[in-house]
Amino acid sequence: MRRKMGNVLDVQSLPDDALVKKVENVKLMDRFNARKPVVGTLYLTTTHLIFVDNAGKRETWILHMHMGNVEKMPITTGGSPIQIRCKNFMSIIFVIPRERDCHDIFTSLQELSRPANIEKLYAFHFLVSDNTTKSYGWDLYDIQTEYLRMGVPNENWSLTSLNKEYELCDTYPSLMYVPACAATPVLVGSSKFRSRGRLPVLSYLHRENQAGITRCSQPLAGFSARCVEDEQMLQAILRANPKSKYMYVVDTRPKINAMANKAAGKGYENENFYSNIKFQFLGIENIHVMRSSLQKLLDVCELKNPSMNSFLSGLESCNWLKHIKAMMETSAFIAHAITEGTSVLIHCSDGWDRRAQTSSLASLMLDPYYRTIQGFQALIEKEWLSFGHKFTDRCGFLDTVDAKEVSPIFTQFLEGTWQMTQQFPCAFQFNERFLLTIHDHAYSCQFGTFIGNCEKDRLDLRLNERTYSLWGYLAKHMNEYINPLFKKEYEISHPVLIPNTRPQCIKFWKGMYNRFENGIHPREHVQDILSAAKDHSSSLEDHVRLLEKRVTQICKLLGKSDETIQRKLQGFLSMESLDGFLAGHIDELTLKIAEANHNDIESKDADLSGNHVKSDSESGFDESSSQMSRSGFDDGYAMDSSLLQRSPSSETLSLDQLLMELKTVAVEWRSFRNVHNCSCATPFDHYVKKEFSLKFHCWKCGEVFCTRCIARYIPLPGHYSRRPVPVCKPCYRQVRHSPSMEFPTS
Amino acid sequence: MEFAEFIKIPMVDGVIMKRPFEGQVEGTLCVTGHHLILSSRKDQREELWLLHSAVDSIEKKLSGSGGSLYLRCKDFGVVQLDIPSADDCISVSSSVEQLSNIDDMTLKYPFFYRANFEVMEDGWQAFLPETEFGRSKECSDEWRLSYVNKDFQVCSSYPQALIVPKLVDDETVAKAATFRQYGRFPVLSYYHKDSKAVIMRSSQPLTGQNGRRCKEDEKLLNAVLGIGRRGYIVDTRAQSVAKMAQAKGGGYEPEAHYSQWRRIHQPVERRQAFHDSLIKLMEATSDGGASMDKWLSKLESSNWLTHVKDILTCACVVAQCVDKEGATVLVHGSEGLDTTLQVTSIAQLILDHDCRTVTGFEALVEREWIQAGHPFRSRCSKSAYAITKQRQESPIFLLFLDSVWQIWQQFPCSFEFNENFLVLLFQHAYSSQYGTFLCNNEKERAGHHLTTRTVSLWSFINRPEILQQYLNPMYDPNPSVIWPSVAPQSLSLWSGLYLRCQVNQKPEEEAWAEITKIREFDKELKAKVTKLRRQLASMEKEALSAGAVLPSTLD
Repeated sequence: MRRKMGNVLDVQSLPDDALVKKVENVKLMDRFNARKPVVGTLYLTTTHLIFVDNAGKRETWILHMHMGNVEKMPITTGGSPIQIRCKNFMSIIFVIPRERDCHDIFTSLQELSRPANIEKLYAFHFLVSDNTTKSYGWDLYDIQTEYLRMGVPNENWSLTSLNKEYELCDTYPSLMYVPACAATPVLVGSSKFRSRGRLPVLSYLHRENQAGITRCSQPLAGFSARCVEDEQMLQAILRANPKSKYMYVVDTRPKINAMANKAAGKGYENENFYSNIKFQFLGIENIHVMRSSLQKLLDVCELKNPSMNSFLSGLESCNWLKHIKAMMETSAFIAHAITEGTSVLIHCSDGWDRRAQTSSLASLMLDPYYRTIQGFQALIEKEWLSFGHKFTDRCGFLDTVDAKEVSPIFTQFLEGTWQMTQQFPCAFQFNERFLLTIHDHAYSCQFGTFIGNCEKDRLDLRLNERTYSLWGYLAKHMNEYINPLFKKEYEISHPVLIPNTRPQCIKFWKGMYNRFENGIHPREHVQDILSAAKDHSSSLEDHVRLLEKRVTQICKLLGKSDETIQRKLQGFLSMESLDGFLAGHIDELTLKIAEANHNDIESKDADLSGNHVKSDSESGFDESSSQMSRSGFDDGYAMDSSLLQRSPSSETLSLDQLLMELKTVAVEWRSFRNVHNCSCATPFDHYVKKEFSLKFHCWKCGEVFCTRCIARYIPLPGHYSRRPVPVCKPCYRQVRHSPSMEFPTS
Repeated sequence: MEFAEFIKIPMVDGVIMKRPFEGQVEGTLCVTGHHLILSSRKDQREELWLLHSAVDSIEKKLSGSGGSLYLRCKDFGVVQLDIPSADDCISVSSSVEQLSNIDDMTLKYPFFYRANFEVMEDGWQAFLPETEFGRSKECSDEWRLSYVNKDFQVCSSYPQALIVPKLVDDETVAKAATFRQYGRFPVLSYYHKDSKAVIMRSSQPLTGQNGRRCKEDEKLLNAVLGIGRRGYIVDTRAQSVAKMAQAKGGGYEPEAHYSQWRRIHQPVERRQAFHDSLIKLMEATSDGGASMDKWLSKLESSNWLTHVKDILTCACVVAQCVDKEGATVLVHGSEGLDTTLQVTSIAQLILDHDCRTVTGFEALVEREWIQAGHPFRSRCSKSAYAITKQRQESPIFLLFLDSVWQIWQQFPCSFEFNENFLVLLFQHAYSSQYGTFLCNNEKERAGHHLTTRTVSLWSFINRPEILQQYLNPMYDPNPSVIWPSVAPQSLSLWSGLYLRCQVNQKPEEEAWAEITKIREFDKELKAKVTKLRRQLASMEKEALSAGAVLPSTLD
């Protein structure tokens, strides 16, 4: 029985005005299997290009905003090929039968992928289908709270409101922390001497030894200019760390670049004018070098059947890993200086690219807080968003952006973080998926978070009223981003983590640059399995508490001694026979899943989907395609809390209730292995809209589902805590209509 | 056994030992017949207990009155010993140098080692050809155990018991053996239950330049296929290399005489290239101060990962023939002692889930390596650092383990053992107190009475308390055939082995400890729930009759 799939419904149920064009008999070329292209229909909508194969099983969604480069290739006998290379590193070729259609699609994509006006970005018309308010998530980060966490303001550092209306520096945040002893004229003077007014301000303060990371742009030194206020400013920064006799000024550029800037009236500080300061040049290349390096890296990633040596030599000559190493070494140098108690002032040219990378990576090494999900977001807000990394320009959101401004600076920072997670698998609260999601949405413009070039831009655009925040979205999907190996003790045992920057330790990140090549990744995902195991344990722990309560309760009613109760709880069975009503069910319950696991997978799947078809039609459940379908969490919670009241202590137990409690908690969860499709036939496959490729367990029946089929949360009668937990739709209905839910014992 | 003459100095005080990622220890160094021992006298745990045979190279640097010794071990470990007196330093150095190079088999440590544990199950008896053949009953219709090689008369590098086609008598087998290099005639290596296809292995046929043929060899091979079926001969040499071998009396099976067989050349490098490759690789890994470019270009020019890729590719080809086409495959290169074994054993690992268990893997190593006559003694006598003249050394077995590790990485839940298990086998293949990897073949082993005079490594590993350390907490038995990816992006350098002295392995170890914790906790809870549920059920009747619980209103 072939059923119209939910996914297809999504495409067909698009509002009329959303569908721009539909082309049939399009071939999707597989790079690793060129002989077997997938044939299907291509839908061009106002926001996405969607490919649905003819079997209706696999959908490929490409967000227009993600398209980096669309190219028409020479016509072949099979039709006109069009290649789309995306900013999330998907590279895909469609072969369209008629040249005219191909041309139409090509021109449409050219326009749609790079809007001419910032108001046309996806975020401004993106709406979630649930009732999440747009403000959710915008207030998760607060600059003052973050500095307070570092113990600022204090006697050495104070908050200045000089930049309240962005008058001092329009690419800085309105709130800035500066040395307490630096008077206003010093600040203003220093600002004037620095490129774009980006004066030295505090970025991170190490609580224990009061060494701080400060940031600024290059001085307008030229060949001879000097500025007394700027020199005083640097002395003020040095004095703000009373224990240290000197400080570092780290220029992240190669010295030759810094010298070249002198000719343009910029450059670097003249050592003779600044005392007790050690100057360091730590050659990280500029944005143009990085851009072309990434392009070469991607060419290597796209080699067809490369030999080991052509891959390695490609990796070598693209220099990407060399740049990553330089970035990590510089960051490690800074982190090391801070742990030694020496303050560091970092600058490059404008102080929004290399400086953002190195100071944020150094912070990550120094402070365990930034290795948590919340902390990492704060780090991005502080180092990247508020201090003016030019996301609009660097990510090339708009048609008006100069191609020379585009550069993968933020991607490199995420990679630096990933390199660290590889070296310290237990130190980070988040997983690789978290980094990839942030990366994708930095480019997707689906959320307002990364739109604009600085804080002032975002304020002017009123993004917090008009668009959603990525942090809000991430908060709702938190459980997908947790690293199951995270050990909180690391905070205390390893507060400072300096990564090994030997070349042997810097790895190629295939999970990023080759992520859409399904074939090359590990076939079994340890992290996902462990996360599931942790969820499973948490379900069982909860269940154990309830079972213990029930055993105790019954024993008390039967007048057993405390000693007997303890023995029973320890699990010592007496000789009583197990032939009653419950006993029969228990065996059945334990056997069911165990059998299912061994049964032929296909027959099991067929059986399951049969079930679901029936129950779906009964409920008339609307398969919403929203990106936020997981947010059912909140609704479910609100709706069901009325049913939650735990029964008072004098409850009467019935066999039916006990059975219900046992039935609603699965002891065995189905293994992820060999589950290739959800019961709704959505394949768990990377090419599909990525949020659907994740596997989830229903906490009641223990089966595996895709995110849409598990979008409901409900408290289970078998859990002591009665917190809402994820279940599949049929289980949701069962639990909801069960007697114990409908009639809370009075 | 006069070790005394080699021991120039038995004991030195005030020696400082430095090892990567461990604090330095000061203590007394003792040189014994087989070991180099350092004891701190204060803290018992900080002791060095190193077999001389584990040392690959020793380098001394004298400075002022004292000197330092740098011991590079065959397992890529490094130990630095600072010795206060230069004379002592020289004495220790020359003692270790000579002791680690003793070639006399009877003086090897396994002959002196007595098990300090009770041998529950003798590893020497665990994987006899008879029992292994008995395990796969399905193939006994077409295959039989033959003792044609009794007393190693037909082939000195084969065991006495071998599996040959049932339709072929011993006389034919013996004649066929004369047509194969070193008498290594085609024998059964693996029987694939799903497709009833088999993998066989042999050495090259001795066709020579005159195109010699051998009716018995042809008969033997055709008997395997039966009428009308086709098989594949996977030659691990390039066609040109196979052709060149004819000049030296070797060769390949020409189509004209083996019409039912199709020959595929799937080249894998030879053993000398492997050895050079390992030397270059280890040289590259030790240079931590290198630039990214230099490291990548050295890694590339070492060709190590290319070799791994080639072996995996060839094994995949064999496995594909067996599983996808149901065809029988004969694998050989030239001697059938090295790459042939890499390929047949990796193919089995891909095809058969039993090989991915601890016991199954041990059996695989026994069958396909030890009993099949891989010359461990010659190949593993030196590792990456020693200067050798014999040119017999080659990290064939290490490349096999590396290939296993690559698959293990891609299927981290399909193996019962962990990474340390592979490292352990690597270490023991090069230097060990156990007899398992001693000698070049079964004949030599019989001559030295290894089974009675030494302890088997398997006897040691298979005890539950030891085995515990080598189990993979993620293991979830996977009966399917597993197809590894051989794309360069999927193959990585085995950091836990080659970078042990450059990269601190602690964070990785902690991660694995955490994984074990998570999995164990989950198992415990499952058991607890089951117990409590049964407890509840056991009270059901009593509770009902006492009225403590209301009866069911359902059916």
